[in-house]
Amino acid sequence: MPTNQRTATDARVDVRKTYKLYIGGKFPRSESGRSYEVVDGRGRFLANASQGSRKDARDAVVAARAAFPKWAGATAYNRGQVLYRVAEVMEGRRAQFVAEVRAGEGLTERRAEAVVDAAIDRWVWYAGWTDKLAQVLGGLNPVAGPYFDISAPEPTGVVGVLAPQRSSLLGLISVVAPVIASGNTAVVLASELRPLPAVTLSEALATSDVPGGVVNIITGRTAEVAPWVASHRDVNAIDLAGAADADGVVWGDLELAAAENLKRVLRPAGEGVEAVEPDWTRTPDLSRITAFLETKTVWHPKGR
Amino acid sequence: MAKFEYAPAPESRAVVDLAPSYGLFINGEFTESQGGSAFKTVNPATEEVLSEVTDASAADVDRAVAAARRAYNGAWGRMSGADRGKYLFRIARILQERAREFAVLETLDNGKPIKESRDVDVPLAAAHFFYHAGWADKLEYAGLGTNPRAHGVVGQVIPWNFPLLMLAWKIAPALATGNTVVLKPAETTPLTALLFADVVQQADLPPGVVNIVTGAGATGQAIVDHPDIDKLAFTGSTGVGKMIARSIAGTRKKATLELGGKAANIIFEDAAIDQAVEGIVNGIFFNQGHVCCAGSRLLVQENIAADVERRLKRRLETLRVGDPLDKNTDVGAINSKAQLSRITELTDAGEAEGAERWDNGCELPAKGFWFRPTVFTGVSQTHRIAQEEIFGPVLSVLTFRTPQEAVAKANNTPYGLSAGVWTEKGSRILWMADQLRAGVVWANTFNKFDPTSPFGGYKESGYGREGGRHGLSAYVTTESNG
Amino acid sequence: MVSTTSTSAPSVDATARARDLLGVSRLTNAALTSWLHGLPGVDQVGCEGRAAALGTRSIKTTSKAWAIDTAISMIDLTTLEGADTPGKVRGLAAKALHPDPTDPSTPSPAAVCVYGDMVATAREALGQAPVNVAAVATAFPSGRASMPVKLADTRDAIEAGADEIDMVIDRGAFLSGNYLGVFQEIAQVAEACTRADGTRARLKVIMETGELVTYDNVRRASWLSMLAGGDFIKTSTGKVSPAATLPVTLIMLEAVRDWRDLTGEMVGVKPAGGIRTSKDAIKFLVTVSEVAGDDWLDPFWFRFGASSLLNDLLLQRQRMRIGAYSGADYVTDDSPSLY
Repeated sequence: MPTNQRTATDARVDVRKTYKLYIGGKFPRSESGRSYEVVDGRGRFLANASQGSRKDARDAVVAARAAFPKWAGATAYNRGQVLYRVAEVMEGRRAQFVAEVRAGEGLTERRAEAVVDAAIDRWVWYAGWTDKLAQVLGGLNPVAGPYFDISAPEPTGVVGVLAPQRSSLLGLISVVAPVIASGNTAVVLASELRPLPAVTLSEALATSDVPGGVVNIITGRTAEVAPWVASHRDVNAIDLAGAADADGVVWGDLELAAAENLKRVLRPAGEGVEAVEPDWTRTPDLSRITAFLETKTVWHPKGR
Repeated sequence: MAKFEYAPAPESRAVVDLAPSYGLFINGEFTESQGGSAFKTVNPATEEVLSEVTDASAADVDRAVAAARRAYNGAWGRMSGADRGKYLFRIARILQERAREFAVLETLDNGKPIKESRDVDVPLAAAHFFYHAGWADKLEYAGLGTNPRAHGVVGQVIPWNFPLLMLAWKIAPALATGNTVVLKPAETTPLTALLFADVVQQADLPPGVVNIVTGAGATGQAIVDHPDIDKLAFTGSTGVGKMIARSIAGTRKKATLELGGKAANIIFEDAAIDQAVEGIVNGIFFNQGHVCCAGSRLLVQENIAADVERRLKRRLETLRVGDPLDKNTDVGAINSKAQLSRITELTDAGEAEGAERWDNGCELPAKGFWFRPTVFTGVSQTHRIAQEEIFGPVLSVLTFRTPQEAVAKANNTPYGLSAGVWTEKGSRILWMADQLRAGVVWANTFNKFDPTSPFGGYKESGYGREGGRHGLSAYVTTESNG
Repeated sequence: MVSTTSTSAPSVDATARARDLLGVSRLTNAALTSWLHGLPGVDQVGCEGRAAALGTRSIKTTSKAWAIDTAISMIDLTTLEGADTPGKVRGLAAKALHPDPTDPSTPSPAAVCVYGDMVATAREALGQAPVNVAAVATAFPSGRASMPVKLADTRDAIEAGADEIDMVIDRGAFLSGNYLGVFQEIAQVAEACTRADGTRARLKVIMETGELVTYDNVRRASWLSMLAGGDFIKTSTGKVSPAATLPVTLIMLEAVRDWRDLTGEMVGVKPAGGIRTSKDAIKFLVTVSEVAGDDWLDPFWFRFGASSLLNDLLLQRQRMRIGAYSGADYVTDDSPSLY
């Protein structure tokens, strides 16, 4: 329910968008019934976003776990097709992404366009990896005996993702795409102050062929929800990228909670206890993919 | 009385020259402890005291880390990969030359049968150094990322079940990638690591590249907590693994953890049954079941369960339990009194929970720590003996009806280290291998290891891999763009 | 004479028992095929690994002495050459009677094994000594002859005084899936082993495992041979390589063990060919003990088909007796090479 009135330059009153959570392929409001104001770089109201709770995170983990076997078991070719389709849908929503990135990150139109272009290209880059990973990261092991011995990467499982706080679209995609490209499912805590591109991304995901539950996006206060994801026993790994600049978040505390079930932890960039948000415009490598992979080695005798 | 009684065939222990006490191997030489105490290490088969070793203090660990740092900043860090490789080749050769000595010492200190230390532990340890030696000057070909380089000083804490082999799994890749090492062997099995220090000297490795500090949990914690350690590698229990993960939370220390397991060994109705029985035996009675990837849960298809059980028990009656130095011993001593208590407690719980207990009834020596090969039938997923790692010669037998049920039961554990599948149907093997959430799947075989083959777990069995190209990645950093 | 067709009646007992075991009213090739193909498979690597592990047993002092004497007593001392003569066979018999003239406590081998035409010579040379005469028969070693010839070959040896018949199966028939044909051949030869007085020579069935190639085939051939009435299953003729390997013998020992579980009857096992050293022989005894069980550690149930093995066992025996290594000049050689 927008309260501030902008000067309408034309006669029509526009229809505004409601920003909701994305859990299990559906768009619920937070079970807590809470929302919070999202403002632009100059503090002007943009929207009311759902303020997700620990129970929303719990539901998201359930959805992600349920989606995992099928997504992990899909052919790599199929996952690549599905992910490429997301890029197509994003391209169709380019203007909306540009507007949201521009408003949220305080960029010029041209900068915002460049960021959205990079984000879509980033998605395409990761989409293309799905059916290359096993060959690049796996292979035959020449063991000293009459055995066929092969190692192949497999997804770790359900991955909690703290999306970057500043780079609300390019950063988001740079952390979500590598997680799901290999077959993991994700519970994403969107940028706390700039959540709108994440919600729009969820709409792109829902209208492409990504199965419900593969990506779940929670908006809200990172410091409130992240500890519940970090300590959740049914989450296999966590990406702490978004701990940088997150109000009230100490990444070491989250890693400590993650130790309880030996989650794989991708620490935030930076030195020592400091967490910094990296420059997401740099060309990525495989490290964000390999952080959430297991290597499975299979032995079989060779005999007549 | 059997017709064919095997006369005792003991391996001579004359090849081993034990000192009455050992210091710490720091900066290329044995040194006295600063403020540490001493403890005795015993032969678990006889309870005979073998030697006295140092319980290293935090100050000792600090000295060792400092020596490792100097070596890393000095000769080792500047050395070409080719030269590092040649040092590793030297170590591999010396291990082969002194194989008998290492095998006998390992058996004395650990209690494992000489045929295993002789045929498995020591040759595989040498093989690990050979394999990694060749990588030292080829790291840019390993596909690990751009410009792979060492972390720096690596702290390594290893368990008592494969003392020398675990040392090799840890030290070989660390040195091949250019790191320097502070390693702590397990408190009940320090002797082969101390003998390895002698190998390091014979190989003329620069001082400080490998440092061996003996001690118990506090010494390990001092390594884990030391601020100048860049990376930790640990093999041991999941409980300690979690402690380490907590200790390094919020730091920039890297870690690989190779932890516990409760592997399912799954036998289908169409299995090659005689080989499957061997696989079951090898899976759980190899090394007295002191194996993290042991096939401790036998999942057998219900329609052949009775036959498998009968064949298994008949086979277990031929297992020879006793003097680990006897070349015909199949099952040796339990490594320590504490471990024996743990096994006893869990097996008592198995009985109390209603599982049916059977053992092979073999005679056990009067002294030392011993446990008969034991099988529990009628075990349910909910029994402690089906859930907890016993780390002893105890097999829990469960049944299943369909492949899906087998997978569900196999995966129904916080662990995920290994699994076994026995079926003559190729497509079922591949399906099962896909479904099992475990780092190593042995199909129609079990407990096979090779330096080229990545080993490590899913879930609470830890993270990181050891062996192969994958194992190297834990010991290097690359230029990451995040 | 038995008719030449494969439909001629084999031993009634074997066929009736086979019908009973298979649960069929008529013994057909299809029934035999599904039964044999229903046996558990053999994983080659696992099987060879188990054999290799058994081969690492260290047999010392008293157990070694026992094993050497047991092995000697299990030998079928063999000469199967085109150049065999009565003189050669008499020499072999003499060797069987007094393996080590310097030590009368040395046990005798279980049998001498010769071609059919040498049975009478061997029988005469051995006299009343408790050393059996075994004859190879059924167009040994290839088995490529008509059934009447094979049966005549068998009867000829029996009539000449053979205590044991070592027949070969038709590997071609086996490999082409004609299990019923192989069954009938074995059953008919078993019947031909019955003497006029109603007593029977024991029948060893040579499967020529080197030509069967896979362990699955060895297992199936073993069960087929037992089903058809063989008293022994035997690896090889000695004319094909590989002959008696430890893994093949392991498979056969598993077969006789499981056969006894099924029927209550024991069948003997004879590895033949390629076992030349005491060390090897002891590995086989270890395997017998740990796989089939000590009941088979008896010359009645386990044999070695060998010639040079005996002298190596004697050398080892002398070493244990005199406490020093012996040499070839201290054991008698009754089968030196002709070439």
